[in-house]
Amino acid sequence: MNDVYITGIEMIAFGRYPHRTPASLGAEAVLGALDDAGITVHDIQTAYCGCVFQTMVGQKIFQQIGQTGIPIANVSNACATGATAVREAWMAVRTGDYDIALAVGVEQMTGMGMLGAARQSAIPIEGLMGSTSMPATFAEAGREYAAKYGTSFAQFAKVSVKNHHHATMNPKAVLRKETPLEMVMEAEMIAYPNTKLMCSINVDGAAAVVLMSGKKVRELGLMDRAIRIRASALASDPWQQRNPQMPDINTATQLAAARAYEMAGIDAKDLDLVELHDCFATAELLHYENLQLCGAGEANDMIDSGATALGGRIPVNVSGGLLSKGHPIGATGVANLYELSLHLRGDAGARQVEGARMGLAHVVGLGTCSAVHILEKA
Amino acid sequence: MTDTPLPSPLPAASYIQLDGPEPRLSFLKCRSCGTMFLEPERLACARCGSRDGFDAHEPRYEGTLHSYSIVHRSFPGTAVPFISAVVDIDDGPSLKGNLRGVPFDADQIDGAMRVRIVFDDALGRRDADGNAYISHFFEPLAAD
Repeated sequence: MNDVYITGIEMIAFGRYPHRTPASLGAEAVLGALDDAGITVHDIQTAYCGCVFQTMVGQKIFQQIGQTGIPIANVSNACATGATAVREAWMAVRTGDYDIALAVGVEQMTGMGMLGAARQSAIPIEGLMGSTSMPATFAEAGREYAAKYGTSFAQFAKVSVKNHHHATMNPKAVLRKETPLEMVMEAEMIAYPNTKLMCSINVDGAAAVVLMSGKKVRELGLMDRAIRIRASALASDPWQQRNPQMPDINTATQLAAARAYEMAGIDAKDLDLVELHDCFATAELLHYENLQLCGAGEANDMIDSGATALGGRIPVNVSGGLLSKGHPIGATGVANLYELSLHLRGDAGARQVEGARMGLAHVVGLGTCSAVHILEKA
Repeated sequence: MTDTPLPSPLPAASYIQLDGPEPRLSFLKCRSCGTMFLEPERLACARCGSRDGFDAHEPRYEGTLHSYSIVHRSFPGTAVPFISAVVDIDDGPSLKGNLRGVPFDADQIDGAMRVRIVFDDALGRRDADGNAYISHFFEPLAAD
């Protein structure tokens, strides 16, 4: 098996681009990643594109930047789509079949409104048999944790305070303002305990990454800025009694994390920063435990003590997370690798985690799956 | 005036049966491991993989609230507020539904309350042919 490295990575500023296409957004990210690696489209040997709401975007991207006839596959895996594209590209290089592979994730979501398809029936089911909206689904996941460990509304809200604060240092985040605790808690209640400021934002965005075999990295002399992929793990939801009436975001995450730590041969104590799937503020605290950043029931203390804020024991979502960057579904799982790479290269500016050498990125796709990547400065 | 009889209401979910004097629930129960499912047919058991088939199973009409959210904004056109609840049914699977008969106030909701499962008109919702529907709802057991 080949060692696999990131040598080029880019994320476009997330936001609203109503007059552009997913292919155009994706192409911008890919060109940025190629430039970062110092290669051209002719060097890419295979590509994987993640996009949930549009088809054949990978080919459309190459129609924008150079059609070389390489194998291109499009992948869809809910909110883990981008990470799944990265994993496919990682496997392509790891097996030795390719030396240079590209993964790109893109989504155009401006104007899409609240996500979470209503169940099919002859009459509308939403509000009749509970809710399938994403804010309510993740509120229920949070309430489950709260029922076990006494997590308060304010403790969930503190996640937004922290992540929005981090985003004030990230020029590529769509929401860049401080939101004090009272502001978060007094914002419009969407699905208790998630207020509007505790929900991630639908935006347009794209991110792309160039992966290379160790042999190719050395041949091109790129090792000084290379990031080694120590683990790439994907898990689906094992049977669990309440799933899918209540989507089980925990077990898939726990499985993916355990596989990733085993593959990397490290444990959570070795991490310097984590980008995890804060699609809603209620979700972040559960994943502290799911990703082994703390023990059972300790997430409340983690958020209260500042352990997961920039400067804390294990900074989480210093990018601002999905709560601040926005959550263009197909792009998210590549964008969090971009954030880790900035820190591992020492290029993260005001929000730099000092001396960062190892980072973990996590996503959850409802339906359900989870992907975890562990990156290390080469 | 016409005397066309009103059509009988239809079940709002496939696990609601309207073939007797009272609505009832019917789930699939795996013949191999006993795991229960909401859908009307399956090829195999999601838990054990058995293809030995399933028996119809009627649970008790009581359960325990597992989690909930008080929904204040949902998809456009959905009346709010309502409480979306996940209930672990006694001798049955977990089921999602509206919890009614409690205030829209988390401080007044016992997160592990015992509930009963009741049936009622589906909030006046009709299909394109004008048919009424019967749905399940959760109510606190203690409210008698």
